[in-house]
Amino acid sequence: MEQKSRLRVTLITGRTIDQGVGKEQGKVSEVYRDNVSICYIDPSDLKKLGIKEKNNVLVLTEYGSVVVKAVRSLRAPHPGLIFMPYGPWANAVMNPDTHGIGMPSLKGIPGEIQSAQEKPMLSLQELLKEQFGK
Amino acid sequence: MPVVKAVTCPVCGCLCDDIEVTVEDGKIVKVKNSCAMSESKFLGYGGHRRLKPLVRKNGNLVETSLKEAVTKAAQILAEADYPLLYGWSSTSCEAIRVGLELAEEVGGVIDNTSTICHGPSALSIQDIGIPTCTLGQVRHRADLVIYWGSNPWAAHPRHIERYTSFSDGRFEQNEWKGYMSKVKASNARKKFESALRKVLPKEGVPAPSTDSKDPYPALLKQGRKLIVVDVRKTRSAEIADYFVQVEPNKDYELFEAFRALILNEEIDVDKVAGVPLEYLEEIAEVMINCSFGVIFFGLGLTMSTGKLRNVDAALSLTRDLNMRTKFMIIPMRGHFNVTGADTVFTWQTGFPYAVDFSLAYPRYNPGETTAVDVLLREESDAALVVASDPIANFPKKAAQHMVKKPLIVIDPHMNATSQMADVVFPSAFVGIEAEGTAYRMDHVPLPLKKVVTPPKGVLTDQEILKRILSEVRKIKASSSAEAA
Repeated sequence: MEQKSRLRVTLITGRTIDQGVGKEQGKVSEVYRDNVSICYIDPSDLKKLGIKEKNNVLVLTEYGSVVVKAVRSLRAPHPGLIFMPYGPWANAVMNPDTHGIGMPSLKGIPGEIQSAQEKPMLSLQELLKEQFGK
Repeated sequence: MPVVKAVTCPVCGCLCDDIEVTVEDGKIVKVKNSCAMSESKFLGYGGHRRLKPLVRKNGNLVETSLKEAVTKAAQILAEADYPLLYGWSSTSCEAIRVGLELAEEVGGVIDNTSTICHGPSALSIQDIGIPTCTLGQVRHRADLVIYWGSNPWAAHPRHIERYTSFSDGRFEQNEWKGYMSKVKASNARKKFESALRKVLPKEGVPAPSTDSKDPYPALLKQGRKLIVVDVRKTRSAEIADYFVQVEPNKDYELFEAFRALILNEEIDVDKVAGVPLEYLEEIAEVMINCSFGVIFFGLGLTMSTGKLRNVDAALSLTRDLNMRTKFMIIPMRGHFNVTGADTVFTWQTGFPYAVDFSLAYPRYNPGETTAVDVLLREESDAALVVASDPIANFPKKAAQHMVKKPLIVIDPHMNATSQMADVVFPSAFVGIEAEGTAYRMDHVPLPLKKVVTPPKGVLTDQEILKRILSEVRKIKASSSAEAA
């Protein structure tokens, strides 16, 4: 199989207003899911990987991988930097190391992205089932 | 229709207390003055809600009576050797107090969400100290506002409007008009340039204008100045008079560069953390020349490389600046009562978070007694989660251990954590259906109002915790009587 091109990136997680609105509607609401299972990518990086907006993209780090939807970043330019809102999808790839102070490393994580058109994005239920078996 | 005025918003650390809520037939039909998140909560909180307690039977969550759920939860906690009691930042101080009593009773470890938020800031403040003030002081006096590693536009939407640049202070003016004229001028310029491109041949078109021609016009302006330091040009950065784009994980270098500049030391490089030195010199000048500056810092510091050391540098910079002018620093706390959780923990135990009661007296050792570490070492043998969603917000490995062991959840909403739980208590929404006290990010306590009555049979977090505590005491008393 042809090896897909991957791009090395730095992964940042954080708040977005839509994630905030979604979490107040309810963590099992569609608004929440739609606003946290995404990844903001710089337009130039999308072009490099041949990814279109709303296509599935695979985010990989040393700690795991997850399929989310690619969204063209409105906060560009920030080539090499991707942004995911806090939530179950982002936490699938987070660094759990607390460096002895209790705080996992949730920003500035080295990772890679690649196009994943053929892979489905998991729903919250499926993601929980995959991670925890319940 | 009755309108309830001066309602405190139970969403973020700003605790805006000017919300007006219209109630019709026991339901909220309108909110005024609120931000998008707050409106979403007041108008949409009722959806995705269960009203009866749930217990897991044969792998599925099924409805049960409150009494049975309380008994089951109390059994789990009473039998556990080292239960983890986690959450607390989205409930009232009164409920947190009962939670601490419960933690002491069951000899567990109790931690609040500061642990994955501003925990490193607490450690740093314990090391260095913090020159700080209330948000009222900032509103009336601050003529330089710096947001560092925080994006209030998304996380604290009314912070700028209520407390900083776009607020009407007694001694400082609102910068809203200036900002609007800046936006209008920029739009007009863009339109003009695009029209020129259509009319003129390609080579005759001037390049799109950027700020590079006159790099620091904003810093020379009169009145309140707003600086944003972040790794991306966030919406908050667009509002700012000047934006410093720091490279990821390089905040520490940037702080130390500012400290050196403020202490009149030479720097031998052209760029620090991707920012040209001459630009840093300009900003350092602005910091020194302000009469009341304030730094608001967010998780950009505590979650990236360096963690508490980044906050050390921020606090030290503020201390250095106080040798030249007046400067304050305030952490941007996320959940509406995370400051209250830290405060109540400190009253009761002497420590702000990560308190271990397994030796019967409170012990605090972040890195050992912090929730994520307890889970990663797989030491806890049960968990109680109150008003929080760690399964969605902890790194996968930590969450996996929490799911393996018995899990009790008290939360108004169903969320990822309650779906994984063994006992679920739906509770009333504090600040909407229940009264209480919460602490704003600057440690000002504010009352939360009960605007509507909760659905029948739905109790407050405080009441549910009290019942569990009393049941735990009964179980312990009977087992010690048996042993005797």
